[in-house]
Amino acid sequence: MAYSEKVLDHYENPRNVGSFDKNDPRVGTGMVGAPACGDVMKLHIKVGDDGIIEEARFKTYGCGSAIASSSLVTEWLRGKTLEQARQIKNTDIADELALPPVKIHCSVLAEDAIKAAIGDYLGKRTPTTQTDPPVGQ
Amino acid sequence: MNGPIYLDYSATTPVDPRVAKAMIPFLFERFGNPASRSHSYGWDAEQAVECARAQVAALVGADPKEIVWTSGATESNNLAIAGAARFHRGKGRHLITMTTEHKAVLDTMRHLEREGFEVSYLPPLANGLLDLERFAAAIRPDTVLASVMHVNNEIGVIQDIAAIGTLCRSSGVLFHVDAAQSTGKVAIDLDSLPVDLMSFSAHKTYGPKGVGALYVRRKPRVRIEALIHGGGHERGMRSGTLATHQIVGMGEAFRLAREEMAVDNERARALRDKLLAGLSVLEETYVNGDLEARVPHNLNISFNFVEGESLMMAMKGIAVSSGSACTSASLEPSYVLRALGRADELAHSSIRFSVGRFTTADDIETAVALVTRNVQKLRDLSPLWEMHLDGIDLSTVQWATH
Repeated sequence: MAYSEKVLDHYENPRNVGSFDKNDPRVGTGMVGAPACGDVMKLHIKVGDDGIIEEARFKTYGCGSAIASSSLVTEWLRGKTLEQARQIKNTDIADELALPPVKIHCSVLAEDAIKAAIGDYLGKRTPTTQTDPPVGQ
Repeated sequence: MNGPIYLDYSATTPVDPRVAKAMIPFLFERFGNPASRSHSYGWDAEQAVECARAQVAALVGADPKEIVWTSGATESNNLAIAGAARFHRGKGRHLITMTTEHKAVLDTMRHLEREGFEVSYLPPLANGLLDLERFAAAIRPDTVLASVMHVNNEIGVIQDIAAIGTLCRSSGVLFHVDAAQSTGKVAIDLDSLPVDLMSFSAHKTYGPKGVGALYVRRKPRVRIEALIHGGGHERGMRSGTLATHQIVGMGEAFRLAREEMAVDNERARALRDKLLAGLSVLEETYVNGDLEARVPHNLNISFNFVEGESLMMAMKGIAVSSGSACTSASLEPSYVLRALGRADELAHSSIRFSVGRFTTADDIETAVALVTRNVQKLRDLSPLWEMHLDGIDLSTVQWATH
């Protein structure tokens, strides 16, 4: 399979690899996918007091397109409000990376990871009331 | 071409230069149709075809009259299985095979199911080998044919075809063997083996693509129905003008295989052992399939917590295959590895290395260094590796499967 230059770039030089302290109240964790399906993404966002995402980190087990999708969203998330982050669609990711149809699920997984991380963060802020719908697949 | 190091000999092999040299005259001055009986062009081509037939027969201990030319092992498998099943339809409608067979066998079986046959698909033991007791128990009074491959294309394990054939003989069941991956690697003596039909391919044994053969036993005579009808070539079993140059190439390739098998195997074993020793240094690696009952050319290994396609992407310098779903259009990981009972994630993490006649020790050293570096790099990126290091048992985690 031929990969786009952007996929290769993110795959060879992945941005923002790593983790934050998942117990930090300012950190939201999104872990999506399953090893049996061949891809697992873990996304961490760190949100400032102003509600803006200061930084994002990822670790991904999966094909090159999955790694590139998660690397790309860590770049996109930085400086966005939670509401803006929630607007990121899998089609935006797929278009940016020129993913072929068979790899669209990688971009879907990245979108799910964003939603899961936001949900986790909001859940920590208001532990008694559910402010965000659970992210399902 | 100065391409990546080729470690995918189980997919196909380059044509040996000696084979190519033998083929060329049959594209030019010796172009005759072997079926032409009225002039020397035809006689010459026919003689070349018969010489090649004897060369193929010699490698596998058969009589040349038992060799039928086909377009490759896929056609041979179709012809053997569908041809025998349809011919013996009156006797019974039950067939037996394994879940780890090549698609050319499995899809033929599926097709026969639609024609009213019933097929038992036997899973292998965890080492990839057939459970003989289970096989014996699967044989029924209406069983017509069993098909078990000699050497598995993905994991290289060698089935005990002598024992399986003996069970078939004692029950009056025809026995077909797909030997596409075994010629030139495992000694085959059809004179003594209880096998009725055997499929061969040229291009897995340093011959050209597009040609193969089917062994059809004469004593006792095995009857099959043709799939391709026409001029009655190959005693009516496979019509169509013979591809003389391809056939000559297959003959020469099999002649060389017979002469050089011992040397080739010894070299392959040394290279494979070197590869295995180099890769075993990495933690959490698992060899798929039995290491003893296995051709020396194959190493199928899973690098846990690393996805196979991303690993192949990182190793542009070497050409290998993966059982990862991402390398197939279906998004399913290797059905062969799953049949071994391997966890899906290990199937996704598998790489098949296959060495051959032109692989060098330098190639192996380069490959080991490249794999080691990139497995480490991808594990640093892997949340599963991180969890493993934290002592989390991944099988206890509730994953959101998608």
